[in-house]
Amino acid sequence: MHLLETKDLGIVFGGLQALNELHMVIDDGEIVGLIGPNGAGKTTVFNLLTGVYVPSGGAIRLEGNSIIGKKPYQINRIGIARTFQNIRLFKNMTVADNIKVAMNQNMKYKILTAMFRLPGCWRQEREVDKKARELLRIFDMEDTADQMAANLPYGQQRKLEILRALASKPKLLLLDEPAAGMNPTETRDLMETIRDIRGRFNVAILLIEHDMSLVMNVCERLYVLDYGTLIAEGSPDKIRKNEKVIAAYLGC
Amino acid sequence: MGGTKKSIGVSYIINTTLVVLLFFVLLIFINTGVIGRYNTQVLTLVCINIILAVSLNLVTGVLGQLVLGHAGFMLVGAYASALFTKNIGLPLSISFPISLLLGGLLAALFGVVIGIPALRLRGDYLAIITLGFGEIIRVVSYNLEITNGAKALSGIKSLSNRQNPSPMFIYAFLIAVFIIVILFTFGRSRHGRAVISIREDEIASESMGINTIYYKLFVFVFAAFIAGVAGGIFAHNYGTIDPAKFDFNRSVEILIMVVLGGMGSITGSIISAGSLTILSEKLRDFSQYRMILYSVILIIVMLFRPSGLLGRYEISVPKILRYIKKRSSNKKVPPEAREE
Amino acid sequence: MDFTTHVINGLGLGSIYALVALGYSMVYGIVQLINFAHGDIIMVGGYSVYLIMVMNGLPAWIAIPASLIICAVMGMLIERIAYHRLLVHNAARISLLITALGVSMFLQNSFMLLFGSEPKAMSIFDSQPINLGSLVLDFSTLLNISVSVVMMIGLQLLVNKTKIGKAMQATSEDAGAAKLMGINTNNVVLFTFAVGSALAAVGAVLYCNTYPQIKPDMGNLLGLKAFVAAVLGGIGSIPGAMLGGYALGVAESLTKAYISTRLTDAIVFSILILMLLVKPTGLMGKNRKEKV
Repeated sequence: MHLLETKDLGIVFGGLQALNELHMVIDDGEIVGLIGPNGAGKTTVFNLLTGVYVPSGGAIRLEGNSIIGKKPYQINRIGIARTFQNIRLFKNMTVADNIKVAMNQNMKYKILTAMFRLPGCWRQEREVDKKARELLRIFDMEDTADQMAANLPYGQQRKLEILRALASKPKLLLLDEPAAGMNPTETRDLMETIRDIRGRFNVAILLIEHDMSLVMNVCERLYVLDYGTLIAEGSPDKIRKNEKVIAAYLGC
Repeated sequence: MGGTKKSIGVSYIINTTLVVLLFFVLLIFINTGVIGRYNTQVLTLVCINIILAVSLNLVTGVLGQLVLGHAGFMLVGAYASALFTKNIGLPLSISFPISLLLGGLLAALFGVVIGIPALRLRGDYLAIITLGFGEIIRVVSYNLEITNGAKALSGIKSLSNRQNPSPMFIYAFLIAVFIIVILFTFGRSRHGRAVISIREDEIASESMGINTIYYKLFVFVFAAFIAGVAGGIFAHNYGTIDPAKFDFNRSVEILIMVVLGGMGSITGSIISAGSLTILSEKLRDFSQYRMILYSVILIIVMLFRPSGLLGRYEISVPKILRYIKKRSSNKKVPPEAREE
Repeated sequence: MDFTTHVINGLGLGSIYALVALGYSMVYGIVQLINFAHGDIIMVGGYSVYLIMVMNGLPAWIAIPASLIICAVMGMLIERIAYHRLLVHNAARISLLITALGVSMFLQNSFMLLFGSEPKAMSIFDSQPINLGSLVLDFSTLLNISVSVVMMIGLQLLVNKTKIGKAMQATSEDAGAAKLMGINTNNVVLFTFAVGSALAAVGAVLYCNTYPQIKPDMGNLLGLKAFVAAVLGGIGSIPGAMLGGYALGVAESLTKAYISTRLTDAIVFSILILMLLVKPTGLMGKNRKEKV
């Protein structure tokens, strides 16, 4: 059984077929790239996988179970977490609180327990605080824990978004252009981190990226979209030589 | 939210002591007649408005959804509890607390009915729907038999009397303190974080596993409940109510308290509710100009300081003391240094 | 009165809602703001006509265009003074809403201070009942319906056939892209407020003609109902706003005739709640997806 499997997945926006019969599989612990020219429908795939859009047709299965019709928060709870192309942090919350929001689903205490500060509340809050700070250490960001997220520099904001997604304990992590706006050194660091995350959290990663060096280096397999249609799939080497892909990127 | 455990503990003790002290000082003044009947009523109104402001702050400041019909929920609570104590035939000391609960529950029920359609949708529907609700509920209560129509519903008994002037104040004060405390603890829990995350970015919040509709509905309905309770106290504090007491202007007055106090700051709401209530009681002759002034304040604050006059920061005595101490020892302290 | 008469009277009332709803809908379509002050623009329109006709004794053909211009200028002023700064800074929606509320309160309360809160009587055109076969209709009803139809056709032409209309469509679709295409979106927003407010003035004239009195808070319920009409028809859609207005007018007229006069407003409001439960996009609204 695959971790994630889509079959004939498609969506129509007001007459425009934004995505057409996408077949895609991702297995445990894989790092897979989703590439294609601007407007090819990559982010649409993410929005479908996370329940933001409801597909017009086809199937999405996570560990064999269909997730179509589930709400975004339900999909996150059963194991798919994402980052956003244009960073969506909780800007006026602290860095640690950003992460704790994602950990909310694994905390148990009820609203009344919170209002009367019963013991369960204290204990779980201490635990979650410790966990959040541990998570921040991965990116050497533990010093920023009590800062407002809005005050972080751009690169750290991107990293915080990844950490926040990881905090929800996903089986599949979707990264939407994680290297956007980063310089080559930062991008190289990011590659290391992505591999590191996969090993440490035992998570499969699907990433959208325009930086070809990152994609070719980190991803084990690639899917290439153009005008909403899958035009190629396979190993980076195979994709590099694929004529349809070259044509799509050069626009011939 | 730094601060060691010890300093948090000390803060709690200092704040609690001050509140208890304030309570007893006021109580002694009322019972000895230093604070007269009228001023006791005003003090009770201050507590009622504080309850209203902190509950609206929960929805508008913390959750980030504009509610323009808070007076409507107050109206529902006021009539429900007044009609209950008038007709049930139990001694007031028993029926009054029950009536408050009842008023709150009925207001909450209205909250559910209008919250479900409005909050499932993204965007500003809640503002207009609550505005509509506030207007309509008033029109309806003008036209119903049970509310005595446009004629006021009078003869609502008060627990306070000449011999014993304080019970209404005690009720209002204790309920206000209780609500403030649970809103504080709620705001600093996992649930509070979830609610704030919805204000910050609803889409991100949902994609991080937060059931946004559930939290939005809970917060809105809870605030409606509190407003209903406040309405019940209000009715019994004045003895006479009519629909005009709960019009759009009252909703706006509560909103002003929240905006001036700072969107999301509970202490800010308390301070501005207290001062605005007393101010508008003293400036009754200028009430014509009051609404114009309010509207100008709203526009200016939103244009130049959208998070409200005091922002999101909470004020506490220990914090002020520490700030002064640090100031006097000539260390630079960022103004946003905040602790529990 | 029979059923047909009630329906036609409802259409007459609905025409006013429709004209006001158009303003809400257009502004919402362009800047996604519920312009609470829109209802009060109607009031301003009513008082302008009153000032010019009743107090200065000038004829209607001067008063009506003048009130249109006054309202259009007022709409633009409001946009520039109160909303512009927030719109260009991309402020939180709630700040915009509170500002809009402030503007609405300001207009209402300053008119209350200037003219008093008691209603003022005025009439614009002489209204005589007209016999059409077995139907007896007010002149104002027929006037309302025909004016609203003409206005909608005009507005459709404006939006679809003119350059500024196309710029409005583009701004509504994607303001950022419109800007990159060389459209001055600031002017488009300003123009939209002007047109919406002028339509509100037309609504005001028709309203004052039908119910010959004005007061400072007349915009409240009228504005609220017009907004309900805009949501009912699908906010952002011009034909939708018209359809919503007519539907609401007819529903109100029939409720008054057959169910209850006193609870009409409550019933109208329940229609909004039901609509949002069943079809939140309204009768003719498109489902606009937020970009993620």
